[in-house]
Amino acid sequence: MDIFLQQILNGLVLGSIYALIALGYTMVYGIMGLINFAHGEVVMVGGMVTVTVVSALLGMGINLPALALILIGVMVAIPACMLLGFTIERVAYRPLRNAPRLAPLITAIGVSIVLQQLAILVWGRNYIPFPPILDHDVVEIFGASITKLQVSIVVLCFVIMTALLVVVEKTKLGRAMRATSQNPAVAGLMGVNVNTIISTTFVIGSALGAIAGLMVATNYEQVHYYMGFMIGLKAFTAAVLGGIGNLGGAVAGGILLGIIESLGAGYIGDLTGGFLGSHYQDIFAFMVLIAVLIFRPSGLMGEKMADRA
Amino acid sequence: MAEVLLKIDGIVKRFGGLVALNQVGLTINKGEIYGLIGPNGAGKTTLFNVLTGLYMPDEGSFTFDGTNLFRAQPHVVVGTGIARTFQNIRLFKEMTALENVMVGRHIRSKAGALGAVLRDKGTRAEEAAIRAKAQELLAYVGISDVADEFAKNLSYGHQRRLEIARALATEPKLLALDEPAAGMNPRETEELKALMEKIRASGITVLLIEHDVKLMMGLCDRIAVLDYGKKIAEGVPEVVRKDPKVIEAYLGVAHS
Amino acid sequence: MTVSVTTTPPANGKKVLGFLASAIILAILPFVVGNAFGNSWVRTLDFALLYVMLALGLNIVVGFAGLLDLGFIAFYAVGAYTFALLGSPHFGIHLPFYITLPLGALIAACFGLLLGTPVLKLKGDYLAIVTLGFGEIIRIFLNNLNAPYNLTNGPQGVNLIDPVSVGGFSLGKTHEFFGISFNSVYMYYYFFLALTVLVVIMAWRLQHSRIGRAWVAMREDDIAAAAMGINIRNIKLLAFALGALSGGVAGGLFASFQGFISPESFGLLESIMILAMVVLGGMGHIPGVILGAVVLTIAPEILRDVIGPLQMATFGKMIVDPENARMLLFGLALVVMMLVRPEGMWPSKRRKAEFDDAKKGH
Repeated sequence: MDIFLQQILNGLVLGSIYALIALGYTMVYGIMGLINFAHGEVVMVGGMVTVTVVSALLGMGINLPALALILIGVMVAIPACMLLGFTIERVAYRPLRNAPRLAPLITAIGVSIVLQQLAILVWGRNYIPFPPILDHDVVEIFGASITKLQVSIVVLCFVIMTALLVVVEKTKLGRAMRATSQNPAVAGLMGVNVNTIISTTFVIGSALGAIAGLMVATNYEQVHYYMGFMIGLKAFTAAVLGGIGNLGGAVAGGILLGIIESLGAGYIGDLTGGFLGSHYQDIFAFMVLIAVLIFRPSGLMGEKMADRA
Repeated sequence: MAEVLLKIDGIVKRFGGLVALNQVGLTINKGEIYGLIGPNGAGKTTLFNVLTGLYMPDEGSFTFDGTNLFRAQPHVVVGTGIARTFQNIRLFKEMTALENVMVGRHIRSKAGALGAVLRDKGTRAEEAAIRAKAQELLAYVGISDVADEFAKNLSYGHQRRLEIARALATEPKLLALDEPAAGMNPRETEELKALMEKIRASGITVLLIEHDVKLMMGLCDRIAVLDYGKKIAEGVPEVVRKDPKVIEAYLGVAHS
Repeated sequence: MTVSVTTTPPANGKKVLGFLASAIILAILPFVVGNAFGNSWVRTLDFALLYVMLALGLNIVVGFAGLLDLGFIAFYAVGAYTFALLGSPHFGIHLPFYITLPLGALIAACFGLLLGTPVLKLKGDYLAIVTLGFGEIIRIFLNNLNAPYNLTNGPQGVNLIDPVSVGGFSLGKTHEFFGISFNSVYMYYYFFLALTVLVVIMAWRLQHSRIGRAWVAMREDDIAAAAMGINIRNIKLLAFALGALSGGVAGGLFASFQGFISPESFGLLESIMILAMVVLGGMGHIPGVILGAVVLTIAPEILRDVIGPLQMATFGKMIVDPENARMLLFGLALVVMMLVRPEGMWPSKRRKAEFDDAKKGH
């Protein structure tokens, strides 16, 4: 039983990070119908910048409490990622808004490759460990253990996601975003500045990405130029799982995927009689993705799209 | 008594909670021009999509020329002999007019991937026959001169005719036309009318949706009227025209 | 203007001359290249041919049928592993290539159907993501199927794969004809060239056939295509299967040519590279796709040779690792190309028309 609970807890931590990243995918997809392939790289840059800043501060002999150091790091990472997201949209996506669907997808892949390579230029190819300032205090819950750090990751994710939902549902900006995602042309006629809204969406998504980057960095205690790829892919899966374009769905999909993955990795050995081991963890995301798209293409919380003839 | 070609009964089609077609039944006889009219949103196009296999009906029965087509796939429906056009023209825009019609021959030809690669004698002969038949059909609807133009570059009237030629290429027993006269000027409408008479004379039954009630009254042998997903009248134009339910539906008395 | 010419146009003098000229150029190309730049460049030519085959296979799926496939490399992997496992010391099985190559292609085609069936209803970006996931699943399995039973030898890959050989005649060895000595890379060049020509003919004939027309129709409007009697499910599966088939052949050739394969060769980046060949070349247009494959195989090799020395000459030291610079340029090329010329370097008239429409805003 405690193994089961342990996997659920692990899944929850992983899942809330997925959810945070999935929000970035789903917001952009909802508004422009584009898979922003480069979003995973924004997460990576967020993690990299945070680690760099924290290391630099420590290197200068500034011995603030760990929390303060991390806070300063992420305060640098957030604007950096926002600027990055803004630039990506302006340079790579905006000129292609009317082009056939394939074109922005290819540029997105191109941007993703460019960002990875730039990251290699700046930070090198090796794993960079998170500076040893992290607290490893453990909380015991019914025989399962979770670090305080992980608890704060989950709590912070939920606070941020709630804030985002409030913004989108209750504010004027949110209304403009929803209008644009429904019908950009009409939203434009109604006085919504569509370009501004799209830029804003990218900027907000990137800010969430930066925070997610910090979380990945602290959770795995290392960063790497390629770290954005797999987690980005899984977060996208989470977004699809929840019904792409649906913010609540992205959150639910992220957490569900995290838990499925953890449980899967924990039990796959028993299920297959030892034939497959936990290194197959990564295939669960794809299996889930394929299964969802086959049986419920609009996702768990998406609306059923009427086939128009 | 005329020979029945198409018969549907008790057709129900729901979209979520909305009942788009409610127990619709009708029969179309061989060789007639059968009209389907009704106010906007009455379910005409939905019924059309059910009859051509694009929508799966939820309940009812559907037989065509002795074959059960209830919930059949579109290509099966076409194979059995129903071909259609679309209200908002759906040609293959980046194919030439000729190629569009050649696509219509797909179901009446059978060369597979192997034949395509080997280019054996049979395949070449079939391909030549497809091309010849397509050219013949372009001439039949009167647009031979634009055979090698991309479909999207054709005039509106030519696009409508091309859609009909493409549908005829499938060798239908029933040709279903969804608002073929929409957006046409009176002269084009007259020409279209002549084309439909010609098609009927060649032995093909015609099913027609149209807003232009005057055109329908003059052209159709029998007419069915849909309103709110239900059939409210069926019969020869003179009778349908005087049916109080039809007048009500069109004048909107009952709806206000 | 006639876009599709189904019947072969009458061969006129100019055409025959052009054909002869290109045949002669292709025949002597390895010698010119080999003498001028060394045998490693002939090897690059071999790879260019391999990628042409691979890109033409993907072009069936993406270009002809309009199905965005980001996991195409999986079929390449299946073909390569089939060839390797049945012709290497790993299992001690040494079947001849004329059995393993078709078998690999066939198994790859089955995987094509396996992928195609569940994704029949998916379109566009969703299809792209699922195929990407499929590619990753295959790679993860190849990486891990070394325990408990060692099927793939895991990350170490399979070594000492048999070269293509008939009787005692092996393409892996140097042979002498007419007093000229042909190194293994030359032997493979002619073998690959023959197969590439075959693949080109097959692709061209498919495109200009009843099947090819059905693919275009489906790509442009699948509902109208269904309403014209095209069985969308079958025609889609056929595209997946045929694309996978050619991917499988190319994979088998890759395994025999390289003599060594590992899961690393079959990552997402490879899938993207092949897709880039198709898209940057000119989707759906065979000459464009060939051009795309050749340029994207040769250009990075040239860069590899140029970037390092250039930096040494200008700055006196390495500033940017050449591999890094190469990939950076590749990424930038993807972005710039899509912004400047989204229809590709050498698009077909049909495709050009689509993009011209898009530029006008509709």
